[in-house]
Amino acid sequence: MSDLPTAEAAAEDLAVPAGTGGRRRGGGRRGRDALMAYAFLAPAVLLFAAFSYYPLYRLFWYATHRQPRFRNKEATWVGFGQRWDTLRSSDFTSGLLHSFQFMVYTVPLGLVLGVLLAVAAHRRLKGIKIFQTIFSSTVATSVAVASVVFFTLVNPEVGYFKDVPWLSLNNPRSAMFSVALTTVWQNLGLTFIVILAALQAVPDELTEAATLDGFSATRRFFRITVPLISPALLFLAVVLVISALQAYAQIEFLTGGGPGDSTETLLYKIADPKGTRSLDVRAGLSIGLFALTAIVAAVQYSLLSKRVHYGD
Amino acid sequence: MATDLPIDGPTDAPTGTVTGTADGRPRRRIRPADIGWYVVLSALSLIILFPIYMLVLRALSNPLQYVAQGQPLRPVDIEWDVFVKAFTEADLGRAMTLSLIVTTIIVLVQLFTSVLAAYAFAFLDFPGKTVAFVVVIGTLLLPIEVTLISNLETVRNLGWLNSLEGLTVPFLATAFGIFLIRQGFAGVPRDLLDASQLDGYGHMRFLFRVAVPMTKPIIGSFVVIAFLGAWNQYVWPRFSTDQRTWQTVQVALRSIGSDRVDRLNIGFAAAILAALPLLALLIFFQRQMIRGLTAGAVKG
Repeated sequence: MSDLPTAEAAAEDLAVPAGTGGRRRGGGRRGRDALMAYAFLAPAVLLFAAFSYYPLYRLFWYATHRQPRFRNKEATWVGFGQRWDTLRSSDFTSGLLHSFQFMVYTVPLGLVLGVLLAVAAHRRLKGIKIFQTIFSSTVATSVAVASVVFFTLVNPEVGYFKDVPWLSLNNPRSAMFSVALTTVWQNLGLTFIVILAALQAVPDELTEAATLDGFSATRRFFRITVPLISPALLFLAVVLVISALQAYAQIEFLTGGGPGDSTETLLYKIADPKGTRSLDVRAGLSIGLFALTAIVAAVQYSLLSKRVHYGD
Repeated sequence: MATDLPIDGPTDAPTGTVTGTADGRPRRRIRPADIGWYVVLSALSLIILFPIYMLVLRALSNPLQYVAQGQPLRPVDIEWDVFVKAFTEADLGRAMTLSLIVTTIIVLVQLFTSVLAAYAFAFLDFPGKTVAFVVVIGTLLLPIEVTLISNLETVRNLGWLNSLEGLTVPFLATAFGIFLIRQGFAGVPRDLLDASQLDGYGHMRFLFRVAVPMTKPIIGSFVVIAFLGAWNQYVWPRFSTDQRTWQTVQVALRSIGSDRVDRLNIGFAAAILAALPLLALLIFFQRQMIRGLTAGAVKG
């Protein structure tokens, strides 16, 4: 296992010499390998270029140009100046605020409930598999299906809980929480599965030794179990944050962004189903979402690389 | 490591902190201390299943009668033909077929592009490998939500709105798939590659005769997760189509918000039917699904 080369290691080894030295030493095989590699990478790289990187370039282009009123005219360069206006606008800040609100409602609650379910179902009992299947069942729902499910619960006209004030979609103070619960419920299956897998990887000897040393169950849990499953918790935190940034269908199905704009997240304003914003403003908002995604990914990457070092 | 985390593992079922089995007898009996746990587990199950129960209840009940009777917890005036109506009146058959076609194309082509790219990273040395790696990683920062408005322009310019191309082509390559399968290939001993080359076989043969067969479990997980992702997509199909005939199942469910109250049960039934393929996936491919979902959480 130790001397399997990883692609990163191989990439670092070869990044400098292969281009020049490879051909000199290796003769035909290296050259053929390289051609083969480019051919193998070409489909993915071309698709990424067309549907990931070119769109990123276009976002910046749209953000700096004003679209003409009629399609036969050229767009005009207006520069980044008005994007500062976008960033300072109440549209952007409220979108950002609502996205953060959504995160605050979904991420901690999702993690705590996931741990609760996993700890409850992590034991030797007759029929435990049935409970484990029930707890994982929400992975079989999509955002759209979960939204229809919660429609039956919180819709202001026909929902079962329509008269529960803290779930009311008519109140700007509770609407976002109600929408966020849809996501918490939908993600329970995933968080449960990942945390249970992490719990199962904790060696029994550790907890048994701690029991013999007189650690209480609570202390065992917080001093031994939680540190050992923390990589899984960090992974889930990142997944849940990203899924919060990408929340859309639950908002469209349940509130349509309202009441007022109280459930319009950043993505909802970008997608702009009612068509109230210009392309350059939406491009500016998209760049904001890109920046947030990049920050989350950077955190994820630093956590992952740290873990790889500890792991080996 | 990542390969043996099945929830249904027969031997590695953990010893619970409370139900320590000092006797270690294989045949388990229900002990008095366990009853408390059954109560807790059942209560949690009820909470998780309650929303699903409400969906089924509302699908089966006549919508007007149900509201008129004060929204009880039992079905009212059951109409079993609502599932048929979902097909005849809500056009669910067409939507399901389209979703299935779109999902199949995305999964198969993603598998193809990912296996090839993963092979290049795992088994081939070439100038620019680091750059290529960064290009793949970089796409993790560019989910469809970020690039939505530009990709819509691209697809509009290509004349791909309301088309199979528009629904599939932007998703035919995936960094997740490339990394997952590359990780699987890392478990294939390089000696085997050298041996097969000594025998005069090329990379193609090694890839399809040795590397892919040896990586089947991870490829299986990838297929299941890719299916899950493609079937559940919402934002892109929602905005890249504006004709009813091009609505995928998930997008078709949207009419629930605008439907007449007396037809709501058809929308609820459609949501149940839309979830069935995934339920089947969860039941029959639980192992692959769990391995795929936990792939990022457990260092491989």
